[in-house]
Amino acid sequence: MEIYELTVEEIRERIISRDVSCQEVVTEIFKRIKSVEDRVNAYITLTEDRAIKRAQEIDKKLSCNEKVGSMAGVPVAIKDNMCINGIPNTCGSKHLENFIPPYDATVIEKLYDADAIILGKTNMDEFAMGSSTEYSSFGVTKNPWDLERVPGGSSGGSAAAVAAGQATCAIGSDTGGSIRQPASFCGVVGMKPTYGYVSRYGVVPFSSSLDQVGSLTKNVRDCALLLNVISGKDPRDSTSADIEYPDLLKSLNGSIQGLKIGVAKEYFDVGLASEVKDMVQSGIKVLEECGAEILEVSLPHSEYALPVYYLLAPSEASSNMARYDGVQYGHRAGDSSDLYSLYKDARTKGFGPEVQRRIMLGTYALSAGYYDAYYLKAQKVRTLIRRDFDRAFEKCDCIVSPTSPSTAFKIGAKTDDLIGMYKSDICTVPVNIAGLPGISIPCGIAGGLPVGLQMIGKHFDESTILNMAYAFEQNYDGQEIKGELEVLS
Amino acid sequence: MVSKISASEVEHVANLARLNLTDESKKVITEQLNTILEYAAKLDELDTDDVDPTFYVLPAGNVLREDVSEKSMDREEVLSNAPEKEDGAFKVPKVF
Repeated sequence: MEIYELTVEEIRERIISRDVSCQEVVTEIFKRIKSVEDRVNAYITLTEDRAIKRAQEIDKKLSCNEKVGSMAGVPVAIKDNMCINGIPNTCGSKHLENFIPPYDATVIEKLYDADAIILGKTNMDEFAMGSSTEYSSFGVTKNPWDLERVPGGSSGGSAAAVAAGQATCAIGSDTGGSIRQPASFCGVVGMKPTYGYVSRYGVVPFSSSLDQVGSLTKNVRDCALLLNVISGKDPRDSTSADIEYPDLLKSLNGSIQGLKIGVAKEYFDVGLASEVKDMVQSGIKVLEECGAEILEVSLPHSEYALPVYYLLAPSEASSNMARYDGVQYGHRAGDSSDLYSLYKDARTKGFGPEVQRRIMLGTYALSAGYYDAYYLKAQKVRTLIRRDFDRAFEKCDCIVSPTSPSTAFKIGAKTDDLIGMYKSDICTVPVNIAGLPGISIPCGIAGGLPVGLQMIGKHFDESTILNMAYAFEQNYDGQEIKGELEVLS
Repeated sequence: MVSKISASEVEHVANLARLNLTDESKKVITEQLNTILEYAAKLDELDTDDVDPTFYVLPAGNVLREDVSEKSMDREEVLSNAPEKEDGAFKVPKVF
Protein backbone atom coordinates (compact mmCIF):
# COMPACT_ATOMS: atom_id res chain seq x y z
CA MET A 1 0.00 0.00 0.00
CA GLU A 2 1.21 3.46 -0.84
CA ILE A 3 1.57 6.03 1.96
CA TYR A 4 -1.10 8.19 0.34
CA GLU A 5 -3.58 5.31 0.66
CA LEU A 6 -3.13 4.93 4.42
CA THR A 7 -5.51 6.15 7.10
CA VAL A 8 -4.72 8.58 9.93
CA GLU A 9 -4.31 5.76 12.44
CA GLU A 10 -2.13 3.70 10.11
CA ILE A 11 0.22 6.61 9.45
CA ARG A 12 0.50 7.55 13.10
CA GLU A 13 1.25 3.94 14.04
CA ARG A 14 4.05 3.71 11.51
CA ILE A 15 5.48 7.01 12.66
CA ILE A 16 5.41 6.05 16.34
CA SER A 17 7.00 2.69 15.59
CA ARG A 18 9.65 4.58 13.57
CA ASP A 19 8.72 2.47 10.54
CA VAL A 20 8.57 5.62 8.47
CA SER A 21 9.61 9.19 9.20
CA CYS A 22 7.34 12.24 9.09
CA GLN A 23 9.52 13.65 6.38
CA GLU A 24 9.00 10.54 4.23
CA VAL A 25 5.25 10.74 4.74
CA VAL A 26 5.12 14.40 3.76
CA THR A 27 7.38 13.84 0.74
CA GLU A 28 5.22 10.97 -0.49
CA ILE A 29 1.99 12.91 -0.06
CA PHE A 30 3.35 15.90 -1.97
CA LYS A 31 4.49 13.53 -4.73
CA ARG A 32 0.93 12.26 -4.92
CA ILE A 33 -0.51 15.78 -4.83
CA LYS A 34 1.68 16.86 -7.72
CA SER A 35 0.88 13.80 -9.79
CA VAL A 36 -2.88 14.37 -9.79
CA GLU A 37 -3.46 18.01 -8.88
CA ASP A 38 -3.49 19.24 -12.49
CA ARG A 39 -6.53 17.04 -13.01
CA VAL A 40 -8.28 17.45 -9.64
CA ASN A 41 -7.54 21.08 -8.63
CA ALA A 42 -8.28 20.33 -4.96
CA TYR A 43 -5.91 22.97 -3.57
CA ILE A 44 -5.69 26.75 -3.72
CA THR A 45 -2.43 27.03 -1.74
CA LEU A 46 0.13 24.34 -0.96
CA THR A 47 2.49 24.77 1.99
CA GLU A 48 5.20 22.25 1.18
CA ASP A 49 8.17 24.05 2.78
CA ARG A 50 6.31 24.60 6.03
CA ALA A 51 5.13 21.00 6.02
CA ILE A 52 8.62 19.61 5.55
CA LYS A 53 9.98 21.88 8.27
CA ARG A 54 7.26 20.75 10.64
CA ALA A 55 7.90 17.11 9.71
CA GLN A 56 11.58 17.53 10.55
CA GLU A 57 10.66 19.07 13.92
CA ILE A 58 8.44 16.14 14.80
CA ASP A 59 11.04 13.62 13.59
CA LYS A 60 13.50 15.31 15.93
CA LYS A 61 11.07 15.05 18.86
CA LEU A 62 10.68 11.35 18.12
CA SER A 63 14.39 10.73 17.89
CA CYS A 64 14.78 12.35 21.32
CA ASN A 65 12.02 10.10 22.66
CA GLU A 66 9.85 13.10 23.41
CA LYS A 67 6.11 12.74 23.67
CA VAL A 68 4.26 13.47 20.42
CA GLY A 69 0.60 14.27 19.73
CA SER A 70 -2.27 12.03 18.69
CA MET A 71 -1.86 13.02 15.05
CA ALA A 72 1.94 12.97 14.92
CA GLY A 73 3.07 13.21 11.31
CA VAL A 74 -0.43 12.95 9.88
CA PRO A 75 -0.96 15.09 6.77
CA VAL A 76 -4.12 17.19 6.86
CA ALA A 77 -5.67 19.60 4.36
CA ILE A 78 -7.57 22.68 5.52
CA LYS A 79 -10.51 24.32 3.77
CA ASP A 80 -9.52 27.81 2.68
CA ASN A 81 -11.81 29.63 5.09
CA MET A 82 -9.82 28.84 8.25
CA CYS A 83 -7.04 31.24 9.20
CA ILE A 84 -3.46 30.07 9.36
CA ASN A 85 -0.92 32.72 10.35
CA GLY A 86 1.17 33.68 7.32
CA ILE A 87 -0.72 31.59 4.73
CA PRO A 88 -3.23 33.14 2.30
CA ASN A 89 -6.86 32.66 3.30
CA THR A 90 -8.93 33.33 0.19
CA CYS A 91 -12.32 31.74 1.00
CA GLY A 92 -12.33 30.84 -2.70
CA SER A 93 -12.86 34.53 -3.47
CA LYS A 94 -11.12 37.14 -5.58
CA HIS A 95 -11.88 39.63 -2.80
CA LEU A 96 -9.50 37.87 -0.39
CA GLU A 97 -6.95 36.43 -2.81
CA ASN A 98 -4.16 38.43 -1.15
CA PHE A 99 -5.39 38.23 2.42
CA ILE A 100 -2.83 36.73 4.81
CA PRO A 101 -4.18 36.22 8.32
CA PRO A 102 -1.92 37.34 11.18
CA TYR A 103 -3.25 34.65 13.52
CA ASP A 104 -4.25 30.97 13.71
CA ALA A 105 -7.78 29.66 14.08
CA THR A 106 -8.39 27.57 17.23
CA VAL A 107 -8.80 24.48 15.03
CA ILE A 108 -5.32 25.10 13.59
CA GLU A 109 -3.77 25.58 17.04
CA LYS A 110 -5.27 22.27 18.11
CA LEU A 111 -3.92 20.49 15.04
CA TYR A 112 -0.45 21.94 15.74
CA ASP A 113 -0.68 20.72 19.36
CA ALA A 114 -1.55 17.25 18.06
CA ASP A 115 1.55 17.38 15.79
CA ALA A 116 -0.49 17.08 12.61
CA ILE A 117 1.15 18.40 9.45
CA ILE A 118 -0.79 20.90 7.38
CA LEU A 119 -0.43 20.41 3.63
CA GLY A 120 -2.26 23.45 2.33
CA LYS A 121 -5.63 25.18 1.80
CA THR A 122 -8.31 23.52 -0.21
CA ASN A 123 -10.67 24.87 -2.84
CA MET A 124 -14.23 25.84 -1.97
CA ASP A 125 -17.30 27.67 -3.22
CA GLU A 126 -16.75 31.36 -2.62
CA PHE A 127 -17.33 32.20 1.04
CA ALA A 128 -18.83 28.72 1.44
CA MET A 129 -21.88 29.67 -0.60
CA GLY A 130 -22.53 26.80 -2.95
CA SER A 131 -23.02 23.07 -3.37
CA SER A 132 -20.57 22.17 -6.10
CA THR A 133 -17.31 24.18 -5.74
CA GLU A 134 -18.19 25.69 -9.14
CA TYR A 135 -18.49 29.11 -7.51
CA SER A 136 -14.81 29.26 -6.60
CA SER A 137 -12.77 32.08 -8.14
CA PHE A 138 -9.94 29.56 -8.53
CA GLY A 139 -11.63 27.12 -10.90
CA VAL A 140 -13.77 24.12 -10.08
CA THR A 141 -12.38 21.06 -8.32
CA LYS A 142 -13.02 17.84 -10.24
CA ASN A 143 -14.54 14.80 -8.64
CA PRO A 144 -11.78 12.15 -8.49
CA TRP A 145 -14.35 9.48 -9.41
CA ASP A 146 -15.24 11.22 -12.68
CA LEU A 147 -13.33 14.32 -13.68
CA GLU A 148 -16.34 15.71 -15.57
CA ARG A 149 -18.36 15.86 -12.40
CA VAL A 150 -18.43 18.13 -9.39
CA PRO A 151 -17.02 17.03 -6.04
CA GLY A 152 -19.94 18.70 -4.29
CA GLY A 153 -19.57 21.80 -2.14
CA SER A 154 -18.73 23.96 -0.54
CA SER A 155 -15.93 21.79 0.96
CA GLY A 156 -15.33 20.21 -2.46
CA GLY A 157 -11.54 20.62 -2.36
CA SER A 158 -11.25 18.94 1.04
CA ALA A 159 -13.46 16.00 -0.01
CA ALA A 160 -11.66 15.52 -3.33
CA ALA A 161 -8.23 15.73 -1.66
CA VAL A 162 -9.07 12.89 0.72
CA ALA A 163 -10.70 10.81 -2.02
CA ALA A 164 -7.72 11.24 -4.35
CA GLY A 165 -5.08 10.49 -1.71
CA GLN A 166 -3.89 14.11 -1.75
CA ALA A 167 -4.45 14.34 2.01
CA THR A 168 -4.86 11.67 4.68
CA CYS A 169 -7.70 13.67 6.16
CA ALA A 170 -9.17 17.15 5.87
CA ILE A 171 -11.06 19.81 7.75
CA GLY A 172 -14.14 21.43 6.25
CA SER A 173 -17.06 23.59 7.28
CA ASP A 174 -20.76 22.82 6.99
CA THR A 175 -23.60 25.35 7.00
CA GLY A 176 -26.28 23.47 5.03
CA GLY A 177 -24.45 20.28 4.09
CA SER A 178 -21.08 21.57 2.91
CA ILE A 179 -19.12 18.71 4.48
CA ARG A 180 -21.65 15.90 4.18
CA GLN A 181 -22.77 16.43 0.57
CA PRO A 182 -19.21 16.55 -0.89
CA ALA A 183 -18.29 13.57 1.31
CA SER A 184 -21.21 11.73 -0.24
CA PHE A 185 -20.24 12.75 -3.80
CA CYS A 186 -16.58 11.79 -3.28
CA GLY A 187 -17.05 8.56 -1.34
CA VAL A 188 -15.47 9.64 1.95
CA VAL A 189 -16.69 9.98 5.53
CA GLY A 190 -17.82 13.51 6.37
CA MET A 191 -19.09 14.69 9.72
CA LYS A 192 -20.64 17.89 10.97
CA PRO A 193 -20.80 17.73 14.77
CA THR A 194 -23.40 19.43 16.96
CA TYR A 195 -23.46 23.23 16.67
CA GLY A 196 -20.95 24.54 19.19
CA TYR A 197 -18.83 21.35 19.32
CA VAL A 198 -15.88 22.83 17.42
CA SER A 199 -14.70 26.39 17.91
CA ARG A 200 -15.37 28.78 15.04
CA TYR A 201 -12.69 31.26 16.17
CA GLY A 202 -10.61 32.02 13.07
CA VAL A 203 -13.15 30.41 10.73
CA VAL A 204 -14.58 32.94 8.32
CA PRO A 205 -18.30 33.10 9.09
CA PHE A 206 -20.99 32.63 6.48
CA SER A 207 -24.15 32.06 8.54
CA SER A 208 -23.28 32.29 12.20
CA SER A 209 -26.15 30.27 13.68
CA LEU A 210 -25.67 27.43 11.19
CA ASP A 211 -21.89 27.19 10.52
CA GLN A 212 -19.93 24.35 12.05
CA VAL A 213 -16.46 22.94 11.46
CA GLY A 214 -16.01 19.21 10.88
CA SER A 215 -13.94 16.45 9.34
CA LEU A 216 -13.50 14.55 6.09
CA THR A 217 -11.74 11.21 6.44
CA LYS A 218 -11.31 7.80 4.84
CA ASN A 219 -13.04 5.92 7.64
CA VAL A 220 -15.03 6.36 10.82
CA ARG A 221 -12.20 5.80 13.32
CA ASP A 222 -10.21 8.59 11.67
CA CYS A 223 -13.30 10.80 11.88
CA ALA A 224 -13.60 10.19 15.64
CA LEU A 225 -9.89 10.81 16.11
CA LEU A 226 -9.93 14.07 14.19
CA LEU A 227 -13.00 15.34 16.02
CA ASN A 228 -11.35 14.52 19.34
CA VAL A 229 -8.47 16.79 18.32
CA ILE A 230 -10.39 19.78 16.98
CA SER A 231 -13.29 19.93 19.42
CA GLY A 232 -13.50 21.62 22.81
CA LYS A 233 -14.74 24.67 24.69
CA ASP A 234 -13.10 27.85 23.50
CA PRO A 235 -13.54 31.13 25.38
CA ARG A 236 -12.79 32.98 22.15
CA ASP A 237 -15.97 31.61 20.52
CA SER A 238 -19.02 32.58 22.53
CA THR A 239 -21.09 29.90 20.76
CA SER A 240 -18.66 27.19 21.80
CA ALA A 241 -20.44 24.55 23.89
CA ASP A 242 -19.67 24.26 27.58
CA ILE A 243 -20.00 20.50 27.98
CA GLU A 244 -17.96 17.42 28.83
CA TYR A 245 -16.31 16.37 25.58
CA PRO A 246 -16.12 12.53 25.52
CA ASP A 247 -13.35 10.53 23.89
CA LEU A 248 -15.16 9.67 20.66
CA LEU A 249 -12.76 6.83 19.75
CA LYS A 250 -13.71 5.04 22.95
CA SER A 251 -17.37 4.88 21.87
CA LEU A 252 -16.56 2.81 18.78
CA ASN A 253 -17.36 -0.73 19.81
CA GLY A 254 -19.36 -1.59 16.68
CA SER A 255 -22.25 -2.93 18.69
CA ILE A 256 -25.62 -1.41 17.83
CA GLN A 257 -27.85 -4.20 19.09
CA GLY A 258 -31.19 -2.77 20.10
CA LEU A 259 -30.40 0.73 18.89
CA LYS A 260 -33.53 2.36 17.48
CA ILE A 261 -33.03 3.86 14.04
CA GLY A 262 -35.69 6.19 12.70
CA VAL A 263 -36.39 6.36 9.00
CA ALA A 264 -38.22 9.56 8.13
CA LYS A 265 -40.49 8.97 5.18
CA GLU A 266 -40.28 12.64 4.20
CA TYR A 267 -36.62 12.21 3.23
CA PHE A 268 -37.59 9.57 0.73
CA ASP A 269 -40.20 11.77 -0.95
CA VAL A 270 -37.72 14.34 -2.22
CA GLY A 271 -37.29 13.12 -5.79
CA LEU A 272 -34.44 10.74 -4.99
CA ALA A 273 -32.58 9.20 -7.89
CA SER A 274 -33.70 5.56 -7.91
CA GLU A 275 -30.18 4.22 -7.52
CA VAL A 276 -29.67 6.41 -4.46
CA LYS A 277 -32.92 5.18 -2.93
CA ASP A 278 -31.93 1.55 -3.55
CA MET A 279 -28.43 1.96 -2.08
CA VAL A 280 -29.69 3.76 1.01
CA GLN A 281 -32.38 1.16 1.60
CA SER A 282 -29.78 -1.61 1.31
CA GLY A 283 -27.69 0.32 3.78
CA ILE A 284 -30.57 0.44 6.22
CA LYS A 285 -30.90 -3.35 5.85
CA VAL A 286 -27.24 -3.75 6.83
CA LEU A 287 -27.94 -1.81 10.01
CA GLU A 288 -30.94 -4.01 10.69
CA GLU A 289 -28.82 -7.11 10.26
CA CYS A 290 -26.45 -5.66 12.86
CA GLY A 291 -29.29 -5.84 15.35
CA ALA A 292 -30.69 -2.34 15.18
CA GLU A 293 -34.42 -1.82 15.25
CA ILE A 294 -35.73 0.14 12.29
CA LEU A 295 -38.85 2.19 12.80
CA GLU A 296 -40.71 4.81 10.86
CA VAL A 297 -40.72 8.36 12.15
CA SER A 298 -42.15 11.51 10.71
CA LEU A 299 -40.60 14.95 10.37
CA PRO A 300 -43.66 16.72 8.99
CA HIS A 301 -42.02 20.12 8.45
CA SER A 302 -39.15 18.72 6.36
CA GLU A 303 -40.43 20.31 3.17
CA TYR A 304 -40.03 23.76 4.76
CA ALA A 305 -36.39 23.30 5.72
CA LEU A 306 -34.95 24.45 2.42
CA PRO A 307 -37.04 27.66 2.22
CA VAL A 308 -36.12 28.36 5.86
CA TYR A 309 -32.46 27.88 5.04
CA TYR A 310 -32.58 30.09 1.97
CA LEU A 311 -33.97 32.91 4.05
CA LEU A 312 -31.84 32.47 7.18
CA ALA A 313 -28.47 31.74 5.65
CA PRO A 314 -28.42 34.65 3.18
CA SER A 315 -29.74 37.00 5.89
CA GLU A 316 -26.97 36.07 8.29
CA ALA A 317 -24.50 36.09 5.42
CA SER A 318 -25.46 39.61 4.37
CA SER A 319 -24.62 40.74 7.88
CA ASN A 320 -21.34 38.78 8.01
CA MET A 321 -20.30 39.98 4.58
CA ALA A 322 -20.66 43.64 5.56
CA ARG A 323 -17.11 43.62 6.91
CA TYR A 324 -15.71 43.28 3.39
CA ASP A 325 -15.53 46.97 2.60
CA GLY A 326 -12.01 47.08 1.23
CA VAL A 327 -10.73 49.27 4.08
CA GLN A 328 -8.67 47.04 6.39
CA TYR A 329 -8.12 44.12 4.04
CA GLY A 330 -9.49 42.68 0.86
CA HIS A 331 -9.79 43.82 -2.69
CA ARG A 332 -9.57 47.45 -3.59
CA ALA A 333 -10.55 48.04 -7.17
CA GLY A 334 -8.40 51.10 -7.87
CA ASP A 335 -9.18 54.80 -7.96
CA SER A 336 -12.39 55.20 -6.06
CA SER A 337 -13.46 58.81 -5.85
CA ASP A 338 -15.21 58.66 -2.49
CA LEU A 339 -15.81 56.27 0.37
CA TYR A 340 -19.11 54.88 -0.90
CA SER A 341 -17.53 54.14 -4.26
CA LEU A 342 -14.65 52.43 -2.48
CA TYR A 343 -17.08 50.15 -0.71
CA LYS A 344 -19.14 49.44 -3.82
CA ASP A 345 -16.17 48.81 -6.08
CA ALA A 346 -14.41 46.54 -3.58
CA ARG A 347 -17.50 44.46 -3.13
CA THR A 348 -18.89 44.36 -6.65
CA LYS A 349 -15.56 43.56 -8.29
CA GLY A 350 -14.45 41.16 -5.57
CA PHE A 351 -17.59 39.02 -5.14
CA GLY A 352 -18.89 36.41 -7.58
CA PRO A 353 -22.55 36.16 -8.68
CA GLU A 354 -23.73 33.65 -6.05
CA VAL A 355 -22.28 35.72 -3.20
CA GLN A 356 -23.85 38.91 -4.57
CA ARG A 357 -27.16 37.13 -4.98
CA ARG A 358 -27.18 35.93 -1.39
CA ILE A 359 -26.12 39.29 -0.02
CA MET A 360 -28.97 40.92 -1.97
CA LEU A 361 -31.50 38.34 -0.78
CA GLY A 362 -30.37 38.61 2.82
CA THR A 363 -30.29 42.40 2.83
CA TYR A 364 -33.82 42.45 1.44
CA ALA A 365 -35.10 39.86 3.92
CA LEU A 366 -33.70 41.85 6.84
CA SER A 367 -34.67 45.30 5.63
CA ALA A 368 -37.27 47.49 7.32
CA GLY A 369 -40.75 46.32 6.45
CA TYR A 370 -39.67 42.84 5.44
CA TYR A 371 -37.89 41.52 8.54
CA ASP A 372 -41.08 40.05 10.07
CA ALA A 373 -42.33 38.47 6.87
CA TYR A 374 -39.04 36.82 6.01
CA TYR A 375 -36.33 36.47 8.66
CA LEU A 376 -38.59 36.28 11.69
CA LYS A 377 -40.99 33.91 9.93
CA ALA A 378 -38.11 31.63 8.97
CA GLN A 379 -36.83 31.57 12.56
CA LYS A 380 -40.28 30.57 13.76
CA VAL A 381 -40.50 27.72 11.27
CA ARG A 382 -37.03 26.79 12.46
CA THR A 383 -38.58 26.12 15.86
CA LEU A 384 -41.15 23.80 14.25
CA ILE A 385 -38.40 21.87 12.46
CA ARG A 386 -36.44 21.57 15.69
CA ARG A 387 -39.56 20.30 17.49
CA ASP A 388 -40.07 17.63 14.79
CA PHE A 389 -36.64 16.23 15.61
CA ASP A 390 -37.22 16.44 19.38
CA ARG A 391 -40.42 14.43 18.97
CA ALA A 392 -38.82 11.87 16.66
CA PHE A 393 -35.93 11.42 19.08
CA GLU A 394 -38.37 10.40 21.79
CA LYS A 395 -38.95 7.25 19.75
CA CYS A 396 -35.50 6.61 18.28
CA ASP A 397 -31.78 7.10 18.95
CA CYS A 398 -30.85 8.38 15.53
CA ILE A 399 -32.32 9.03 12.11
CA VAL A 400 -31.01 7.82 8.75
CA SER A 401 -31.55 9.28 5.32
CA PRO A 402 -29.80 9.67 2.00
CA THR A 403 -27.16 12.42 2.22
CA SER A 404 -28.12 13.86 -1.16
CA PRO A 405 -30.92 13.05 -3.63
CA SER A 406 -28.43 12.18 -6.36
CA THR A 407 -24.87 11.19 -6.99
CA ALA A 408 -22.36 13.77 -8.27
CA PHE A 409 -23.79 15.79 -11.16
CA LYS A 410 -21.87 16.98 -14.20
CA ILE A 411 -19.97 20.27 -14.04
CA GLY A 412 -22.26 22.99 -15.42
CA ALA A 413 -25.43 20.92 -15.09
CA LYS A 414 -26.98 23.07 -12.37
CA THR A 415 -25.39 26.50 -12.65
CA ASP A 416 -28.49 27.83 -14.46
CA ASP A 417 -30.90 26.02 -12.21
CA LEU A 418 -30.75 27.84 -8.87
CA ILE A 419 -33.44 25.91 -7.03
CA GLY A 420 -32.16 22.64 -8.51
CA MET A 421 -28.70 23.39 -7.12
CA TYR A 422 -30.16 24.29 -3.74
CA LYS A 423 -32.17 21.06 -3.68
CA SER A 424 -29.04 18.93 -3.55
CA ASP A 425 -28.90 19.98 0.11
CA ILE A 426 -32.51 19.03 0.87
CA CYS A 427 -31.55 16.20 3.27
CA THR A 428 -28.62 17.95 4.92
CA VAL A 429 -30.02 21.42 5.61
CA PRO A 430 -32.53 20.38 8.35
CA VAL A 431 -29.62 19.09 10.42
CA ASN A 432 -27.98 22.53 10.53
CA ILE A 433 -31.32 24.22 11.19
CA ALA A 434 -31.78 22.06 14.28
CA GLY A 435 -28.08 22.22 15.23
CA LEU A 436 -27.78 18.42 15.35
CA PRO A 437 -24.75 16.24 14.56
CA GLY A 438 -24.78 14.51 11.18
CA ILE A 439 -22.40 12.12 9.44
CA SER A 440 -22.30 10.90 5.84
CA ILE A 441 -20.71 7.56 5.09
CA PRO A 442 -20.26 5.84 1.74
CA CYS A 443 -22.86 3.09 1.36
CA GLY A 444 -22.22 1.94 -2.18
CA ILE A 445 -21.48 2.77 -5.78
CA ALA A 446 -24.19 3.53 -8.35
CA GLY A 447 -23.31 4.14 -11.98
CA GLY A 448 -19.66 4.31 -10.99
CA LEU A 449 -20.30 7.07 -8.44
CA PRO A 450 -20.38 6.97 -4.63
CA VAL A 451 -23.65 7.17 -2.69
CA GLY A 452 -23.80 8.60 0.84
CA LEU A 453 -25.89 7.49 3.78
CA GLN A 454 -26.58 10.15 6.39
CA MET A 455 -27.01 9.49 10.10
CA ILE A 456 -28.43 12.24 12.29
CA GLY A 457 -28.02 12.19 16.06
CA LYS A 458 -29.36 13.98 19.12
CA HIS A 459 -27.60 17.10 20.33
CA PHE A 460 -24.12 16.23 21.62
CA ASP A 461 -24.68 12.55 20.93
CA GLU A 462 -21.82 12.24 18.45
CA SER A 463 -20.91 8.89 20.03
CA THR A 464 -24.11 7.16 18.94
CA ILE A 465 -23.94 8.11 15.27
CA LEU A 466 -20.21 7.48 15.10
CA ASN A 467 -20.68 4.02 16.54
CA MET A 468 -23.54 3.35 14.14
CA ALA A 469 -21.42 4.48 11.22
CA TYR A 470 -18.60 2.27 12.49
CA ALA A 471 -20.88 -0.76 12.78
CA PHE A 472 -22.07 -0.15 9.22
CA GLU A 473 -18.51 0.15 7.95
CA GLN A 474 -17.48 -3.09 9.66
CA ASN A 475 -20.43 -5.04 8.28
CA TYR A 476 -20.85 -3.48 4.87
CA ASP A 477 -20.33 -6.21 2.36
CA GLY A 478 -20.94 -4.40 -0.88
CA GLN A 479 -18.84 -3.06 -3.68
CA GLU A 480 -15.37 -1.76 -3.00
CA ILE A 481 -15.56 1.98 -2.37
CA LYS A 482 -11.93 2.38 -1.48
CA GLY A 483 -8.81 1.76 -3.45
CA GLU A 484 -7.05 3.41 -6.34
CA LEU A 485 -9.38 5.44 -8.52
CA GLU A 486 -8.96 4.26 -12.13
CA VAL A 487 -9.47 7.71 -13.53
CA LEU A 488 -6.40 9.00 -11.67
CA SER A 489 -4.04 6.12 -12.44
CA MET B 1 -45.22 37.23 2.84
CA VAL B 2 -44.50 39.47 -0.10
CA SER B 3 -43.15 37.38 -2.92
CA LYS B 4 -42.16 39.79 -5.62
CA ILE B 5 -39.32 42.26 -5.45
CA SER B 6 -39.60 45.29 -7.72
CA ALA B 7 -36.86 46.94 -9.75
CA SER B 8 -36.78 50.00 -7.50
CA GLU B 9 -36.52 47.78 -4.44
CA VAL B 10 -33.57 45.99 -6.04
CA GLU B 11 -31.97 49.41 -6.55
CA HIS B 12 -32.55 50.31 -2.90
CA VAL B 13 -31.27 46.96 -1.61
CA ALA B 14 -28.16 47.15 -3.82
CA ASN B 15 -27.42 50.51 -2.27
CA LEU B 16 -27.88 49.16 1.27
CA ALA B 17 -25.62 46.23 0.41
CA ARG B 18 -23.03 48.56 -1.13
CA LEU B 19 -23.10 46.76 -4.46
CA ASN B 20 -22.89 48.40 -7.90
CA LEU B 21 -25.26 46.61 -10.20
CA THR B 22 -25.36 47.30 -13.93
CA ASP B 23 -28.79 47.52 -15.58
CA GLU B 24 -28.28 44.06 -17.03
CA SER B 25 -27.33 42.49 -13.71
CA LYS B 26 -30.21 44.30 -11.98
CA LYS B 27 -32.62 42.57 -14.37
CA VAL B 28 -31.02 39.18 -13.89
CA ILE B 29 -30.86 39.48 -10.12
CA THR B 30 -34.47 40.66 -9.89
CA GLU B 31 -35.55 37.53 -11.73
CA GLN B 32 -33.37 35.27 -9.63
CA LEU B 33 -34.46 36.81 -6.33
CA ASN B 34 -38.09 36.42 -7.35
CA THR B 35 -37.52 32.74 -8.13
CA ILE B 36 -36.08 32.22 -4.66
CA LEU B 37 -38.71 34.35 -2.91
CA GLU B 38 -41.49 32.44 -4.65
CA TYR B 39 -40.01 29.23 -3.36
CA ALA B 40 -39.63 30.72 0.12
CA ALA B 41 -43.28 31.84 0.12
CA LYS B 42 -44.06 28.22 0.94
CA LEU B 43 -43.56 29.22 4.58
CA ASP B 44 -46.86 31.14 4.39
CA GLU B 45 -48.63 27.77 4.49
CA LEU B 46 -47.73 27.53 8.17
CA ASP B 47 -49.43 29.27 11.08
CA THR B 48 -46.63 30.46 13.35
CA ASP B 49 -48.52 33.02 15.43
CA ASP B 50 -47.90 31.17 18.68
CA VAL B 51 -44.40 29.98 17.87
CA ASP B 52 -41.24 31.49 19.34
CA PRO B 53 -38.36 32.05 16.96
CA THR B 54 -35.13 30.04 17.38
CA PHE B 55 -32.23 32.43 16.98
CA TYR B 56 -29.68 30.01 18.41
CA VAL B 57 -29.99 26.27 18.88
CA LEU B 58 -27.97 26.21 22.10
CA PRO B 59 -29.55 27.42 25.35
CA ALA B 60 -26.67 29.86 25.94
CA GLY B 61 -27.56 33.45 26.71
CA ASN B 62 -25.09 36.32 26.66
CA VAL B 63 -21.64 34.87 27.20
CA LEU B 64 -19.58 37.31 29.20
CA ARG B 65 -16.03 37.44 30.51
CA GLU B 66 -14.25 39.49 33.13
CA ASP B 67 -13.56 43.05 32.01
CA VAL B 68 -9.82 42.54 32.01
CA SER B 69 -7.64 43.97 29.30
CA GLU B 70 -5.79 41.28 27.33
CA LYS B 71 -2.97 41.38 24.80
CA SER B 72 -4.13 42.45 21.37
CA MET B 73 -2.15 42.52 18.13
CA ASP B 74 0.84 44.64 17.16
CA ARG B 75 -0.01 47.58 14.93
CA GLU B 76 2.18 46.11 12.18
CA GLU B 77 0.17 42.89 12.19
CA VAL B 78 -3.11 44.77 12.10
CA LEU B 79 -1.95 46.84 9.12
CA SER B 80 -0.33 43.92 7.31
CA ASN B 81 -3.24 43.43 4.90
CA ALA B 82 -4.12 47.07 4.45
CA PRO B 83 -4.67 47.91 0.79
CA GLU B 84 -3.47 51.44 1.62
CA LYS B 85 -1.91 52.74 4.79
CA GLU B 86 -0.18 55.85 6.05
CA ASP B 87 1.30 56.86 9.41
CA GLY B 88 0.12 53.69 11.10
CA ALA B 89 -3.48 54.03 9.93
CA PHE B 90 -5.72 52.66 7.19
CA LYS B 91 -6.08 55.10 4.34
CA VAL B 92 -9.38 55.78 2.57
CA PRO B 93 -10.74 58.51 0.27
CA LYS B 94 -11.91 61.70 1.95
CA VAL B 95 -15.09 61.29 3.93
CA PHE B 96 -16.03 64.94 4.02
